[in-house]
Amino acid sequence: MSATAYVNARLLDPESGLDAPGGLLVEGGRIADLGPRLFAEGVPDGARRVDCGGHCLAPGLVDMRVQLREPGEEHKETIATAGQAAAVGGVTSVVALPNTEPVIDDVAGVEFIARRAREAKLVKVYTYAAATRRLEGKEITEIGLLAEFGARGFTDGLKAIANAQVMRRVLSYARAFDQVIVQHPEDPALADGVMNEGEIATRLGLDGSPAAAEAIMVERDLRLVELTGGRYHAAHVSTAAAVEAIRGAKARGLPVTCDTAPHYFTLNETAVGDYRTFAKVSPPLRTEEDRQAIAEAVADGTIDAIASDHCPHDQEGKRLPFAIAEAGIAGLETLLPLALALHHKGEIGLLDLLARVTAQPAAILGLPGGRLAKGAPADLVLFDPDQPWLIDPDRFRSKSKNSPFDKHPVQGKVLATIVDGRPLYEAEG
Amino acid sequence: MTTLGLRPHDSGFPLRHILGIEGLSADQISFLLDLSESYVALSRSEQKKTDLLRGRTVINLFFESSTRTRTSFELAGKRLGADVINMSVAWSSIKKGETLIDTAMTLNAMHPDVLVVRHPDSGAVKLLSEKVNGAIINAGDGSHEHPTQALLDALTIRRRKGRLEGLTVAICGDILHSRVARSNIHLLTTMGARVRLVAPPTLLPAAIERLGVEVFFDMRKALEGCDIVMMLRLQTERMHGSFVPSIREYFRFYGLDRDKLRAAKDDALVMHPGPMNRGVEIDSELADDIDRSLIREQVEMGVAVRMACLDVLTRSLRRNEPSGDSA
Repeated sequence: MSATAYVNARLLDPESGLDAPGGLLVEGGRIADLGPRLFAEGVPDGARRVDCGGHCLAPGLVDMRVQLREPGEEHKETIATAGQAAAVGGVTSVVALPNTEPVIDDVAGVEFIARRAREAKLVKVYTYAAATRRLEGKEITEIGLLAEFGARGFTDGLKAIANAQVMRRVLSYARAFDQVIVQHPEDPALADGVMNEGEIATRLGLDGSPAAAEAIMVERDLRLVELTGGRYHAAHVSTAAAVEAIRGAKARGLPVTCDTAPHYFTLNETAVGDYRTFAKVSPPLRTEEDRQAIAEAVADGTIDAIASDHCPHDQEGKRLPFAIAEAGIAGLETLLPLALALHHKGEIGLLDLLARVTAQPAAILGLPGGRLAKGAPADLVLFDPDQPWLIDPDRFRSKSKNSPFDKHPVQGKVLATIVDGRPLYEAEG
Repeated sequence: MTTLGLRPHDSGFPLRHILGIEGLSADQISFLLDLSESYVALSRSEQKKTDLLRGRTVINLFFESSTRTRTSFELAGKRLGADVINMSVAWSSIKKGETLIDTAMTLNAMHPDVLVVRHPDSGAVKLLSEKVNGAIINAGDGSHEHPTQALLDALTIRRRKGRLEGLTVAICGDILHSRVARSNIHLLTTMGARVRLVAPPTLLPAAIERLGVEVFFDMRKALEGCDIVMMLRLQTERMHGSFVPSIREYFRFYGLDRDKLRAAKDDALVMHPGPMNRGVEIDSELADDIDRSLIREQVEMGVAVRMACLDVLTRSLRRNEPSGDSA
């Protein structure tokens, strides 16, 4: 494969703390070299020269929570359409939830995802496997074999592993294979509402799920982590109470990490407004105090990662009375600009923010991407952090357009996405 | 239980019952193993029978089904000339504490000299020992102890390796539910062997390292440099998602095959208390390899060890008669 020289870039690597003008050389799908004075003597002979125009060249985003809908619900999304959406979003690695039809709870399922991803030849697709068979929360899956075949972490997807004994055994068993257990942290009995419990739910006459449902599950799980020594990751935390519990656990040295999704620091429960089903998510959008606590926790590092929690639904799933509409947001294409808002508001430095969408999720799941380093895969995103635009779901590459961010103004645009040195996406104009 | 030590060449044995290995001294264990040796010789001779226990009654009281342990005790008793009665009680149909005591009272009326008891509940044999007049040998209680199994394992190892002290023994499999593992841990650590445990974390009991063992999740690492690899049986009901996801995953990571055994010493030997699940915890062909597997030898040593236990307990009964207060 021929070499490509990215010149005139602002190099950003959260892992090494690099933020400097310079160049980057890609050869054979990997980063051959990078640095401020790399091309002082000119680009190597035969290398393709790409002028980055002074824009940011960073590791491609690693989105650790994506629903691909394939196999089983290909009318909502496929590995190919999600791959295109990811490329537009600057995402070079996605990690898929196992809640497909059939569930990814055996080696054949993991191999199917890998094969379809190879065929699509877009972004890198990794997959979690189910922590329990058929996501029923009862029997442990073949964690050892699944990990050998490439599953990265184990989760029951949108369902909490509710039974404490099962959760204990899963955490404990996964230790033998150094695998992380990713929990949807909501007590299912308490979280039986359709939006955040409180004044707005009461006025709208909708059943509420209290913030305590999240805190209870997180706190229980932290006790089980203490008991088992297993690695634990709380997905999409949404409440101040859960963040506080995780902050304490980290201070005690427990092997615990967590992520959140952009909507939990961008929106609060008022977004539900007049029964807007696009603002129905699980866990629900919370209070303004919770939203601020989530933003602070992203900034101070209590929240390790930001994931899109990409949850594509067709129109039929959302054009329903609020209580029975599907929950979730198609978020792959808006992950970076929504996250950048925290930076533009001065809440977090650019490198720290990028760490939450690159190096840190890669580290949690042991993925090779997420950094600019010699020898690392050339998974890159070129973006202009300041360019303003309006989100337009109609232009999503995703098969599904369910986003509450229609006409939402953002700053920061992906200009190009490169996977293994292969240009996958270039913005028009 | 008495705390009297045992002097070398002491003809007696200071314990009234053999309820467990925990608490036995190295001298007491060595004494039992030495005595067992003489019964190995006897069992291999043409005239296998003595009249040491003539007129004595041994009752095998099994609240849990067992073929090999019961047969082994039966043979041991008969070779010593005792009258051996087998009583099997379906514990599932009783399930009440009082009934166990009632059983003890009934048995007392039969004047047994030794009761060999197996029970599915940990501590049940101890409870019974407080209520009956004869000597008691624990033939396995719940997940607690199986002392004659540990003794026969130790005898088997000692005969092949010449010693116990300084050996490295890996015990692999369902430690959590295993009385064999617990008795072996107590015996081997008391005798100065290094004990390693290897199991998926779900099959390891809490704080097990406090028993003086090293814990591993990775079988190859655990087996590195081992002299003895002791496999445990995995019960079927634990193989399908509760403790272990599947048989094939268990065999892949924790089943003993030639490939994993390569990590151990070249002359490492393989043991299994039986009955084996071939293809679950042990490769079938390896189990039958007479150069590596001690599994058949263990069965032979079982009879000798049980003869020694019956011998020593009836000696102390004789000394203490009429039965009294040494418990």
